[in-house]
Formats: sequence, structure tokens, C-alpha cells
Amino acid sequence: MAELVGAVAVAGGGIAGIQSALDLADSGLKVYLIESTPSIGGVMAQLDKTFPTLDCSMCTLSPKLAEASRHPNIELLTYSEIKEISGTAGNFEVTVTRKATFVDPDKCTACELCLAKCPSKVLDEYNAGMSKRKAIYLPFPQAVPRVMTIDAEHCLYLTKGKCGNCKKVCENDAIDYEMKDRDEAINVGSVILSTGFTPFDPTELEQYHYEHPDVVTSLEFERLLSSSGPYVGHVKMANGETPKKIAWLQCIGSRNPEIGRPNCSAVCCMYATKEAMVAMEHDSELETTIFNIDVRAFGKGFEQFYQRAKNEKGTRFIRSRPSGVDIDPVTNQLSLRYEVEGSTETACEEFDMVVLSIGLTPSESSKKLAEIAGVSMDEYGNIATTIDAPMTTSVPGIFACGTIAAPKDIPDTVADASGAASKAHSILASERGTLVTERTYPPEKDVTEEEPRIGVVVCDCGINIASVVDVPAVVEYVNTLPHVVHAYEQTYACSTDSLDHIKDVIKEHNLNRVVVASCTPRTHEPLFQDTCRDAGLNPYLFELANIREHCSWVHQQEPDRATEKAKDIIRMSVARVALLDPLYTQKLDFNHGGLVIGGGVAGMTAALDIAEKGFTTHLIEREPELGGLLGTFTRLQDGRTTSEILDPMIAAVKSNPNLSVYTGTTLDEVEGAMGRFKGKLSDGTEIEFGSAIIATGANEFEPEGYFGYGSDNVITQSALEVKLDEGTVDATNVVMIQCAGGRNDERPYCSRVCCTTAMKNAIRLKEEDPERNIYVLYRDIRTYGVWEELYTRARELGVLFMRYTEDDEPVVADGTVTITDKLLNDTKFEIATDLVVLSAPLVAPDGVEDTAMLFKVPVDSNRFFLEAHIKLRPVDFATDGVFLAGCSQAPKLVDESISQASAAASRACSILAKEQLETSGVISVVDEDVCIGCGRCIEVCPYGAPELKEVEVVTEEITYITRKSEIDPAICKGCGSCAAECPTGAITSRHFTTKQISAVIDAFAFADGSIEEVA
Amino acid sequence: MAEFEPRIVMFCCNWCSYAGADLAGVGRLQYPTNTRVIRVMCSSRIQPTFILQALKDGADGVLVTGCHIGDCHYIDGNVHTEERMENVVDAMKHLGLEGRVHLEWVSASEGPKFRDTVTEFVEQIKALGPSPLRAE
Repeated sequence: MAELVGAVAVAGGGIAGIQSALDLADSGLKVYLIESTPSIGGVMAQLDKTFPTLDCSMCTLSPKLAEASRHPNIELLTYSEIKEISGTAGNFEVTVTRKATFVDPDKCTACELCLAKCPSKVLDEYNAGMSKRKAIYLPFPQAVPRVMTIDAEHCLYLTKGKCGNCKKVCENDAIDYEMKDRDEAINVGSVILSTGFTPFDPTELEQYHYEHPDVVTSLEFERLLSSSGPYVGHVKMANGETPKKIAWLQCIGSRNPEIGRPNCSAVCCMYATKEAMVAMEHDSELETTIFNIDVRAFGKGFEQFYQRAKNEKGTRFIRSRPSGVDIDPVTNQLSLRYEVEGSTETACEEFDMVVLSIGLTPSESSKKLAEIAGVSMDEYGNIATTIDAPMTTSVPGIFACGTIAAPKDIPDTVADASGAASKAHSILASERGTLVTERTYPPEKDVTEEEPRIGVVVCDCGINIASVVDVPAVVEYVNTLPHVVHAYEQTYACSTDSLDHIKDVIKEHNLNRVVVASCTPRTHEPLFQDTCRDAGLNPYLFELANIREHCSWVHQQEPDRATEKAKDIIRMSVARVALLDPLYTQKLDFNHGGLVIGGGVAGMTAALDIAEKGFTTHLIEREPELGGLLGTFTRLQDGRTTSEILDPMIAAVKSNPNLSVYTGTTLDEVEGAMGRFKGKLSDGTEIEFGSAIIATGANEFEPEGYFGYGSDNVITQSALEVKLDEGTVDATNVVMIQCAGGRNDERPYCSRVCCTTAMKNAIRLKEEDPERNIYVLYRDIRTYGVWEELYTRARELGVLFMRYTEDDEPVVADGTVTITDKLLNDTKFEIATDLVVLSAPLVAPDGVEDTAMLFKVPVDSNRFFLEAHIKLRPVDFATDGVFLAGCSQAPKLVDESISQASAAASRACSILAKEQLETSGVISVVDEDVCIGCGRCIEVCPYGAPELKEVEVVTEEITYITRKSEIDPAICKGCGSCAAECPTGAITSRHFTTKQISAVIDAFAFADGSIEEVA
Repeated sequence: MAEFEPRIVMFCCNWCSYAGADLAGVGRLQYPTNTRVIRVMCSSRIQPTFILQALKDGADGVLVTGCHIGDCHYIDGNVHTEERMENVVDAMKHLGLEGRVHLEWVSASEGPKFRDTVTEFVEQIKALGPSPLRAE
């Protein structure tokens, strides 16, 4: 067997690839993140808000972009594509084509001088072609890496040999027209494919008249809504007016067998609802209408979001699929003709704008990549995986995640991505840490006893700052400020030679504090901090004064005032830096074991994934047997028996030497925090672990009181499956009723799995006896994603579908079911039946509150556990070191539970794999002498970092026991809320101390520069 | 006499409103020069005494910004900010400083909102005139 290589190639730099890369890099594996465009970020970077919480997409994504770009174990290969893969699992050689960017990334500072001079205008992909960019460009403001790329196809110099402007204006000589594409070979142990999807191109569906300027795709509409979009967030029609009525047409390029795209794209119903809601937030007069077949609001919080749009915001949901968009030949007015549900009539309605909710299609580049990798694809062009191994491709060592395998939303993609990382990590566990490089720095200089000696670099940023701010005047002023030893002007403070110069200046002037006045700390602080460390200074003795984004760029017409403001900003920064303290992280030993609660398919997968990586793992199940919810069903959607996947899994769990299984046991007590949990089991066993995963699952609801449940011939889907397995279904007329006890006031959520389960069982009933009559009574059919094929198959087999509404439910009597069919003009039917099958929702089991209490983690109003962030942290709790997976988070299908379970294991192992836990330097600490033990810090801390501890106070007169707050440095995240709340000033929020912030406020006030000594 | 130019202290949280200010810059959205930003990790770090100090030091107004509720990088830090600022804004009414302290949520993608927030607050303070606490 070839030698294992502790590195992974991740193809695709969207949110999936980024998440896989971060998990693996945190676990001590080297990662090459390969992205074909000039920046990582993918489609999520183009979205305005995300459903169902309407969070700003860029706000949640951009910290991940920055993290990926800074991670010492991640090498970004942007503008690059995989050309060839050879080798076997554990040792692949991957040939990567690095496309020529014609810009030297080491020299380019993204100063944008070239942008102004480039004469070639190109449709801007980031704004979905609705605005123009230059041939030399940064794809979007938050792009990572922050370097320019020349689009060779549109560059005048490269195509015609003319122009050359960018090279002329570039002051860093970064432009290199001679640059060529080149191949680079990388050696990795595993490959993850995560190149995502392509939005469906609606041009081929001529009936929708996409060529009309006011017929836009949903992605274009996303850009229209975005405040960084082409019209800064104002939705406009082609004539410049604001639309009053907008319609969304669902399933454009989805659920359409005629064009070879029969499946559901899984995300469009919700993004359309989101877009309608956000558009109405922008313009309260706006009327929004969503034309749909079924509203597929199946995920966590989706149904409630849909109800809110419909009932509170007034979005109309019309259940009809207009056959096309009509355009008035004279006025160009858009209108839609549609069938009115519940009648035979057709209506025609005018709209100002029509949004086509385009589906997710496999991209050509993904297909090409699949061919290069040699992995199997399904008939639709998705990478083929199975229910029990949803991230595993047909080639060992090559994994897939995200929409490359099937359409899915962001949280499912993120879970998949962590899951794929877990699989890659498992085969390379022995190689952790072998290929990562630790940066070394010179010994740090002790400055604690020294007076501040401050150096200030004022950056011109080419002309970005210097064309507005009078930099020489600023430098002259700064040189007069207290403690400033040396201030100087620099054309580009961030260029490599300037950074070297800063190091020289630190040594030459014996500086112990540095201020760089240039751009935003959000992108450049780590770079300059690193420079300080290279010169022997603690990185926290540095401050960035932002005189570009916050000054020269926003006051271009007021150079005098901008110059005064720049002086103020730097004066405030100097006052701050003078009082900054060196900060240090603390390294702590910890327990490298895992704990999993719940022995269902999610819990067992999670436990196996941790144990496979070499960590001891405890798996606790309160029932006497492993298997969980899946054990109560008999078949999977692909026709296999559930025991086909459960039996080998149970055997693997029982035989893994790293795994201890405790069945018929509960976890009764937990204390401690990440890295040092201690627990006590019901049998008295005491265990220790560093990280925990909650996978306590869900149960099928007993639908007492619904549709005659309890009578002999009224059963649930799980009971039907058992009967089908026994061959004891003695019925020719079977009625299934969906949402039996779900989507109502008691359980307002959609249970996600029931429609797919009903289709699976309807097909089984028909296949067992084609003469049977099967009726499915439903509200919406939510066979999302690829499971649409089961719905199609059921219809082909002759299963009959009738739609009911919540306010007019079917009535089950002895031997009959009566329904008013909404599909057939409210016709009332009485169906003779000998078996009624209720699709009851999954509900959280007893005891979730107890588990929640043990780990101090939240549950939502439906008693499912509440993750840290519904989009980007789907398996994390806000509490460090505790994760969740499977139906404990919300109802989900088996493959989704397995993906989440591997994801939770990956997240847990990225902690367990560390040698020591490192605390942050920017945290809060308590001065015990000042603390009065009031506990207000505990009330405001979002993480439970402070704790009141009993201490013995000994004075000369008296010895007594009192309570004092203590902040756990391993838990604190440094937000500083406790310091603001503390009534006695006992808490110091390091790096943002009251003294430091007060000094900045005082420096603001003393505009003449006569700063009084604050210290 | 030259028009009154207010001096305003602005607090921004690192994750949302400071990023929103950066985005306004990237978009070259022009706004008045009167504000001076103090960056904190979370708006919940801003203790009421900072605002009092800024006013005492001669600021004509204090603008506090943070992530929208639900977007907080620290889960719900901004909920505490909201509570504290309600109290501060209320106290200002009783101190004859009404309208000089304002709280606004600005996300990392809201460059235009950042510009508008600053522009409107500067207008508001201009209308109020110099702070009575300002030493002339």
C-alpha cells in the first residue's frame, strides 16, 4: 500500500469547500482549496439574505472567507482547475492548472489604481450580468484573496496588443502580461469534490420570455435586493420605475420531465418566499405573488416562515403553474394566465416584474471533474452516492459534498461538507500534523516596564488616500503627538518591501508600539500583526487606523476636512496603542475523548466516525437495544431493508476497540466545559470526555384523536411498514392521510420525511398488489430534491392524489373516508376503504429538556435542539465542544442524519485532534478583590463563561466564605458584554479595557493634540 | 460665521457595523466628515459611561451601532446593547441632551444604510446645535 499523505485537495471554493477545508485544517491536515474563479465564496457570496431568518448572507460568510485565507494549513489555489487525478486512496497525485491571472499576487495590493484606467467593460458575473466590471477586476468587495485578476478574454492588451494602461499605472509592478497557465502537481491523501451547481438557464424555455428586461431570474433578483448590488438594493424595472406587483414562477427548470429535469431543486420555494418578504421590507406597498405547484417548506423553521409570509406579510401563494409569460405587443406589459384552483376558470393578471425561480442544475465543470476523478454519476448528472454513505463516491478516497451530489440548501450543504471532511480525516488520521507548518517567530521583547515608543506609518495607498488626504501634513502632525518616536509616509504600507521596512524601523528606533494608518483592520490587521511578531513585538501592541474606507474614500470632495479627520483618527489610535498590553494565549491539556448520546443511526455514525480517528468514545443509549427510530421502519427509499444498513453499523459499533457502548443507560450528571467534561451514568459509571454530541433522535407521533386513530384499520406509516414486511396487509382500498397531527397549532412545523415515506409505502403497496386502490390525501406534496422521483413513480403506478386544506380535513368513519378535493373544484368524495394509514409527524422524545439542562444548550419551541446558527453552524451549539446531529435537531431522512452525524464528528474531532487547547488572548478577566459576586456577568454572558465560585476570604479580623465570579478562559469569546455590565468595574475586557477606550474618547476630544496623560 | 460642524463619536461593532462602514468606503458612498469611529468587538461592550464621557469631553452626539438583532456574532450581545441604550436615550431626555444619543443596527452588507445613518444623525445634531456640555 502506498504511503499515506496527510493532505487533502478540496475542489470548489463555495461554502461547501470552505467548510470542508476549515474542518480538515483545524484537525491538523494540510488542505489545498482549489477554486476555478478568482475568489472563494461561491453562490452564497451573491445572496442578499438567507431563509428562514433573513440573516445577511455576506455577514455570516465573510468571516469564513477570512478564516480560510488566513489558516496556516490551508493553501488557496484560486483561478485553478483540476486537470488530472491519479493514485489511490491515501495517496493521490493531483495535477492542478493554475490559470494565468497576469497579476503577481505577491505584489498586487488591490489598490484599484488599475481599475480606473482599464478601458474594457465586461458584464459583471457577481451582479449576474446586471452591471459592468473592468477587464482587470476584483470579483466582489470582500473577495478572497484580495488581488486583481486580468480577464484575458476581454483585456485589450492581451487580445489586441493595445492599451497596457494597468501596467503603466501599477506602482508595484504587479502586472505581468507574459504570465502563462501552468500545471502544478500536488500530493494528497484524499480528494473532496464540492464544485456545486449551475443556476438553470431559462433561455431555452421560450414561453417565459426571459429576454424581456423585467423578466429576471431569482439570482438576478437576489442581486437587485442586495445593497451591494447594481442598484444598491432598490428593485427597479428596466424603465427605472419601482415595480408595484411582482410574481414569482416556481419550478423553472425543476419538476419538468419534458426537458429532462424531473426532480425538485429543494430550495426555490423558500428562496422565493424570502425574496418576496425582503422585497416587501424594502417597499411596504409592494404586492407579491408566488405561483407554485406545492409549497415545499420542509426544513427547520420553513413552514412557520411560509405561514408568516402568507398570513402576516400578505404574500399570495397561488397553486397554479402558468404555462408562460404573456407580453402585450403594444405596451410591453407582462401578464400571467393561470388556472384558478378549485374552479374551472382561468384568470389573467398583469405584473410589473416576473421572477423565474430557477432550479439548481449540475454544472458542466462538475461533470468534467467527476469524469477526471472517475466517479459515477446518476442519470441527472449528480455525483452518485447512497443513503447510508451520502458523502462517499464510487472511488475510494474521493468524497463529495454539497449540491454536486443533489440539490440542497446551505445548512445541508455545510453539514455535508463537514461530513465529507470527517470521511477524509478518518482515512488520514495517522498522518495528522505531518504536513502542517508552524510559523516560527523571534523571541518576544519584554516591553512592560518601558515607556511607550510608538512608530506610525501613514500609507498613501497609491492615490487612494493621498489624493484626498494631505499625507505629508498628517505625518508632520503625528510626529508631534506624545510618545510618537517616528512617523513616516509609505506609498503602500502592505507591500512586501514596506513590511520589511517596518521591521527595520522597529529595530532602529527601538519601538515598542506600532500604528499603521491605512485601510481596514478587518482585512489587514493580521498581516501587520505578523510583521510586528517578526520584529519581536507582541502582536497586540499594534493598531490599525482606518483612513481609507472610513476617510479618504467617503470624503472625496472634502480634502481639508478629510485631512483633519485622518489626524483625529490617528491621534485616537496613538492614544489607544500607548495603553495596549501584550496579550498571550494559554495552552491547556485536555481530555481527547468523545461522548455521543443516542444510539440511533445518527449517534452510531457519529460515534464510529470519532472512534475511527483514534479517539476513545462513549456511546450511551437509554433503550436496551441500538437502532433508534430507523429500527421501527423496515425499508429505505432505495428499496433496501433498514436492517441492511443497521446490522453492519451495530456490529461495527460493538466491535470497535475505541468505543464503549452503554445500552439501557442514561447520562445523569455533567460538569465542566469543553476539553474537561465529567459525566456520571445511571449505572454509576463515571466518565470523562472532551467533546459531546447529542443525537437523541425523534419518535413517530402517536396521532391520538386524529382521523380515527386507535380503530383497528387506522394505523401509522411505521406500523404499515411492519405489516408490509410480514406480508399481512389485507386491504384493497388504502387511504393515506398526510400531516396527521402535523402543521397545526400544536405542532406547527412540517415533519419533512412523511411525504417521501408515504410515496415509498404507496409504491410498495402497489407493487405488492397492482389491483389495490391507493389514495393519498395531502396538503402539499413535499418530496423535495431527488425524492420527487418517488412521487412521479407513485403517479405512474396509479396512486391517486387528492388535496385537502387544514380547515376542511378528511373525515374517517367506519369503512369510509370523506374528502373535499381541492384539485377537482371542491368535489366531495366518499372513499370506501379497508385501511387508513396516517402520516404522523416526528416529535422530540421525552427527556430532551433533561439533556439540554446537562449541557446548558437550548431547545426550540417544538422541543428540537437549537443549533448555534441555522445556516452556517448546523451541527454546532453555541456552547463550545457540544454538537448535535440527526432528528434531535429537526426531522430528517436517513442520509441527512448520517451526513449530519459525520459532520458533528468532524467538528468534535477538529477539537479532539489538537494537542492542547489554546485560549484567546482577547478575553475578559475578573479582579477577585473588586468583585462583589452579584452575578450580573452571568446573566449577560451568551456562553456561560463566568461562574460564581465560593472563596474563603481571610482578613486580619475575620475569615468568611463569599462568592466571586470567575471567567473560564477556555469559554470566553471576548465580546466584553460582562465588562459593560459589571457594576464595580471588576471585569477587564482585555484589549478593549475601560482605560483604553476612555483614552480614545479623550483623544477624540483634544483636537489640538494636547493629550493629557490619561494613564 | 462658519456653519456649526458637530463632533460626533461613533461606536461600531467589529462584525457588522464596522464592516458596513468599510463597505460604504468600498462603494465610495460619500457622507459628512463629522464622525469618529471607535471599534469594539461587540456593541454590548459599550458601557453607558463611555457615552457620558464622550458627551462630557465635548462630543455633540454619540452614535452607537451594532448588528441587527439575530445577527449578533456573539449570539445576543446586541440585545443587552438595546436594553442599555434605551436607558441611556431615556436618561438623555431628563438631562437636556435629548436626541444626542442614538442606536442603529447596520449590517455588514448595508453600506448605503451606514451612509444614511451617519448623514441623518449629523443633520439631527446640526439642528440641535452644539452640546450644552461643550466647553467653548
